[in-house]
Amino acid sequence: MLRYLRTRQAKLTPILLLSPALFTMLFVVALPLVFSLYTSLTPYRLIRPETIEIFIGLRNYVRLFSDPDFWEVFGRTILFLLIALNLEFLFGLGIALLINRITWGQRTLRTIMMFPMMFSPVLVGFQFKFIFNDNIGVLNNALQSLGITDQAIPWLVDRELAMFSIIFAEVWMSTSVFAILLLAGLFAMPRDPLEAAKVDGCNSWQVFRHITLPFIMPFAFIAMTIRSLDVARAFDIVTVMTGGGPAGRTELLWTLIARTGYENARMGQANAMAYISTILSIAFTYFFFTKLVAARRFMGGAE
Amino acid sequence: MSRALKKRLRATGLWLTTFLLMVIISVPGLWVVLSAFRPNREILARPPIWIPEQVTLNNFAKIFGFDEGQVAIPVLSYFINSLVIALTSTVIALVIGMAGGYAFARFRFRFKNAWFLGLMLFRTVPGIALSLPVFMLWSRLGIIDTKLGLIIVYVSLNVPFTIWLIDGFFRQIPASLSEAAQVDGCTRWQAFWRIEFPLARSGIAAAGVFAFLTSWNEYALASQLTRSTDSKTLPVGLMDFTSQFTIDWAGMSAMAVIIIVPALILTFIVQKHLIAGLTFGGVKG
Repeated sequence: MLRYLRTRQAKLTPILLLSPALFTMLFVVALPLVFSLYTSLTPYRLIRPETIEIFIGLRNYVRLFSDPDFWEVFGRTILFLLIALNLEFLFGLGIALLINRITWGQRTLRTIMMFPMMFSPVLVGFQFKFIFNDNIGVLNNALQSLGITDQAIPWLVDRELAMFSIIFAEVWMSTSVFAILLLAGLFAMPRDPLEAAKVDGCNSWQVFRHITLPFIMPFAFIAMTIRSLDVARAFDIVTVMTGGGPAGRTELLWTLIARTGYENARMGQANAMAYISTILSIAFTYFFFTKLVAARRFMGGAE
Repeated sequence: MSRALKKRLRATGLWLTTFLLMVIISVPGLWVVLSAFRPNREILARPPIWIPEQVTLNNFAKIFGFDEGQVAIPVLSYFINSLVIALTSTVIALVIGMAGGYAFARFRFRFKNAWFLGLMLFRTVPGIALSLPVFMLWSRLGIIDTKLGLIIVYVSLNVPFTIWLIDGFFRQIPASLSEAAQVDGCTRWQAFWRIEFPLARSGIAAAGVFAFLTSWNEYALASQLTRSTDSKTLPVGLMDFTSQFTIDWAGMSAMAVIIIVPALILTFIVQKHLIAGLTFGGVKG
């Protein structure tokens, strides 16, 4: 009887310990999401509060899916994420390999590398708005002083350059997440297989491809998972740098939500979009998380 | 001879790349810091003035309201709001996160991975998407534009990641330590506070810093849930400078320095533990 109670208690303890966390998430995230789902099924406008009681089914979603402007923004968001995440991974890998080879001042370099991660996204946006400013920005000033160009390049006003500037800011901010975790992976790597491979006559590319890369992949997935948790940080950067302009060319899903919901006060429509963006984020996180678990399991088997 | 030359060239190339990299990483931030100590007219000068002719603390005096010709941006109250909101939400998130992290690190229970993933998925909801329903609900509850309203949201924002990190730190401590203490007559509760907590302390501090910075830096939710000096935080306040026709670059830079300095100091202190926590946590076994 006593033993039964003991095991019973042991089973309940973790649930008890987790309950404050679950309670918080339920009331501050899950409940609002349910409310958001309901609102997305109404034509709710902030200026006319009674509209929240009208039920229109999936009409908001239907309208979104048949709107080419929405698809353009959606496609741009996906493209933005693909480009930014891939660049961050590649640069992060490069930086990690570089710093791993340096013996003097390694610690200082690692610390410096970590700083962009701690910048508020709003600050990153402001910083690059300042730097890319066509009139007084340091980039244009430098280019002109060096005589590379004699006219001001409209970094944030030109339709293609504006997107480039935003991706630059995003990559600047988030590459360090990858660099730091991949570097931690390189530090944790055992020396023996590397030396064994060299004895067996592998060249450095083969060593990298077949030993180093598989070993640090779980670390890359940790970085990817962490990054996928807050991909929507780009909202802050875009809001500060261009506000979605010029002519909506840098509008991403998240800025469109804010514009529809708060500026145009069309809450019903905005909530429908918010739902789509939430599902997008969840899909990203789920994908990388399952990869992470699989990679960990694979490593556990190899040990 | 040529081999030595090759080696030398390679080393030089390595250093050059590293140097260039560090320039790209640090120059944008340093440029903002420098601009914070320059008068606005020097920033706007045409042709550009490269070497600062005048170093001034005026920008700081101005945004804190010590100056006669001040801009009416109440940075001090934003600062206090940010501090109160970030600290309170961090402390609450740490308490909740310690309980949760301990559960994941020390207990076996059914659907453990699924629970963990579920928590993470709550964290992934984009701030702006979450802000819509929270905005509607909070206005109904009357806690819009209050510190309390923002604190509640930030706790939920920080709990999942705090659990991830703290789970990692508890895992690094062998379970046999607390088992030994229990054999010697400690209760599990005592064993936790006397053995495991002191060992995980620096890691928990790192998780706290991370949570603090998340709240300190957050913009998407704060920009919609705050309106006045009652609850506006620093990142939201930064946008006050752009609402006018011209942007006050010098003032904005000064405010940027105020936001970034605490963040950099905190990062510097806990960086080692933070990396350890990130790599060790996240579900294994």
